[in-house]
Amino acid sequence: MQKRFEGSADIRPWLAGAMVFVTLALVGALANPYLISLMTIVLLFTFLGQSWNLMLGIGGQLSIGHALFVGLGAYSVAVLEVKYGISPWIGLLLGMFLAGSVGAALAWLSFRFEVRGIYFALLTIAAAEFARIMFSGWEFVGAMQGLFFPAPTNAIEFSMLRGDARFYYFVALALAALGIVGTELISRSYLGYVWRAMRDDEQAARALGVRTFRHKILVIAISAATAAVGGGILALVQGSIFPDSIMGMGLSVDVLIGPVVGGLGTTFGPLVGSLAAIPLNHLMSALGDSLRIPGLNNIAYGVVLVLVVWFLPDGIWPAMVRLCKAIQLPSRVWLPQPRKAEE
Amino acid sequence: MLSLWLNVLASGVLLGLVYGLVALGLTIIFGVMRVVNFAHGEMVVFGVYIGYWAVRLWDVPIIVAAAIAAVVMFVFGYLLETLLVKRFVNRPHHYQFIVFIGLSLLFTGALLVTFGPDPRPTASQLSFHTVSLGFVTLDLARLQAAATAGLLITLLGAYLKFSSFGRSLRAAADNRLGGLVVGLNIPRVYAVTFGLGAACAGVAGALISPLFDAQPYLAVDFTLLAFVTVIVGGLGSFSGALLGGLLIGVAEAIAALMFTPSMKTALPYALLIIILIFRPRGFFGAKEI
Repeated sequence: MQKRFEGSADIRPWLAGAMVFVTLALVGALANPYLISLMTIVLLFTFLGQSWNLMLGIGGQLSIGHALFVGLGAYSVAVLEVKYGISPWIGLLLGMFLAGSVGAALAWLSFRFEVRGIYFALLTIAAAEFARIMFSGWEFVGAMQGLFFPAPTNAIEFSMLRGDARFYYFVALALAALGIVGTELISRSYLGYVWRAMRDDEQAARALGVRTFRHKILVIAISAATAAVGGGILALVQGSIFPDSIMGMGLSVDVLIGPVVGGLGTTFGPLVGSLAAIPLNHLMSALGDSLRIPGLNNIAYGVVLVLVVWFLPDGIWPAMVRLCKAIQLPSRVWLPQPRKAEE
Repeated sequence: MLSLWLNVLASGVLLGLVYGLVALGLTIIFGVMRVVNFAHGEMVVFGVYIGYWAVRLWDVPIIVAAAIAAVVMFVFGYLLETLLVKRFVNRPHHYQFIVFIGLSLLFTGALLVTFGPDPRPTASQLSFHTVSLGFVTLDLARLQAAATAGLLITLLGAYLKFSSFGRSLRAAADNRLGGLVVGLNIPRVYAVTFGLGAACAGVAGALISPLFDAQPYLAVDFTLLAFVTVIVGGLGSFSGALLGGLLIGVAEAIAALMFTPSMKTALPYALLIIILIFRPRGFFGAKEI
């Protein structure tokens, strides 16, 4: 039988990925608390970046209001646990459902009349800001005072997803691994091919019989639901949530920095980008605090974004891959060369 | 009761004209270059700071401060376009968005580093004067800002409509390739367009400096407000920007009177979502400019 999708037999990327995750697991086992908490955030934003990447990098739909979905996930988990003592597992499911429905509804609203591209992107920010302001004034969800989870314990309770910093590190690691493997599987599946076709040329995809309207709604709903899972875990890690930080513009920007810097539409881009950008942000914040200059981290982020889009438009990861291939060339000399077609 | 409503309505209309000017800057840039300036709010805030410093250092009237802001921001926009933005004009929209998000972070950071995060009120004599017109009492700062904004919008409209450069600008908006074919200097048109857009934002910022305290974090609100205004009116439409501004200004004022303060900020977004449901491309969503 003809091999269905080319490339799926190549196990080297999987091996490399596995090695990366063994290393990251060792970091979790050995590192000091500061590094662990920093890496937890890096891994969570890897996952969130992966969800955003699915929408733009594969589905071709730009969202600059991803904080809406992250926030819905975070609030679902927080409200259920803080108000009713219900396990975050249920909260995560509720968050996925809510964010997925909101995402699908937004997509339906917008694509119904062929409103797309920037209009859709602007609609996502408007929806996110609307939700943020609503949540800031809604007493039931804590309004501006936010919601606080019960104090963390050292005993690990898996049913309540409660534990120490190291526990959350491994939760975030599992999530990031899930996100990367999931994206890879999706992008190699039928859906991945359909979505990329739709991203590259929507009319051509439609001419080939792809129901692009449904597929756009589907990719946005899936992206939104996964973002909600990341948001729920982020809320648990932080121990408290406030509308401005979990639903604000700033979070939407944080979510997209990883995949943009690392490489749009690539599987490892969000991880590489988050690894590069988040420690830089922490460093610059700390530097700004110690020098009493607020705003240094904003400048650093801004400069990095502009420079990356200017000089490395596909991001760091594809550039790294090109570099590795260039270095590998000599070792490939002895491999059997493909025979020339004409002779 | 009637006079209260009239007052609120009037102040909404006045602020709406200024919003219209902000939105006009955004819409000109989009209409001609097909670029969404995500750092537009930062440019408004630059204007607010220019107003603040001009009044503080030289004690000039706000009108003079607005003129200074116009010149400074035009040069700033022109340079920004020629040095940076033009490299991204032909890139996909999401790249442009990311560049502008980067620029907006950079500008906010620069403002924070230079002026610090604390709000600075512009102590203008205007803020304490009012004008009474029968039922309606208007504060002079607002009236002056609105009158200047209205005048500028009219002048800019006439300039784009009748002047030779305005015609080439509209031609470039209509059909870039066609413009190149007939020998328009497209790079210059683009640079001037961006300068004009930035100047609109800067002037609006200087005009409202007596009403809003100068503060770096104000930028996000202005960016979003400008987006909402422009989408409500129709992205890329001249009259749409003006109408959108008036609508948002009045809606905000009425919401502040009828509901809680948080509703006032939420209302523009609610309005936007409703309008996108019924008129997905805004009121004047066409390519006209």
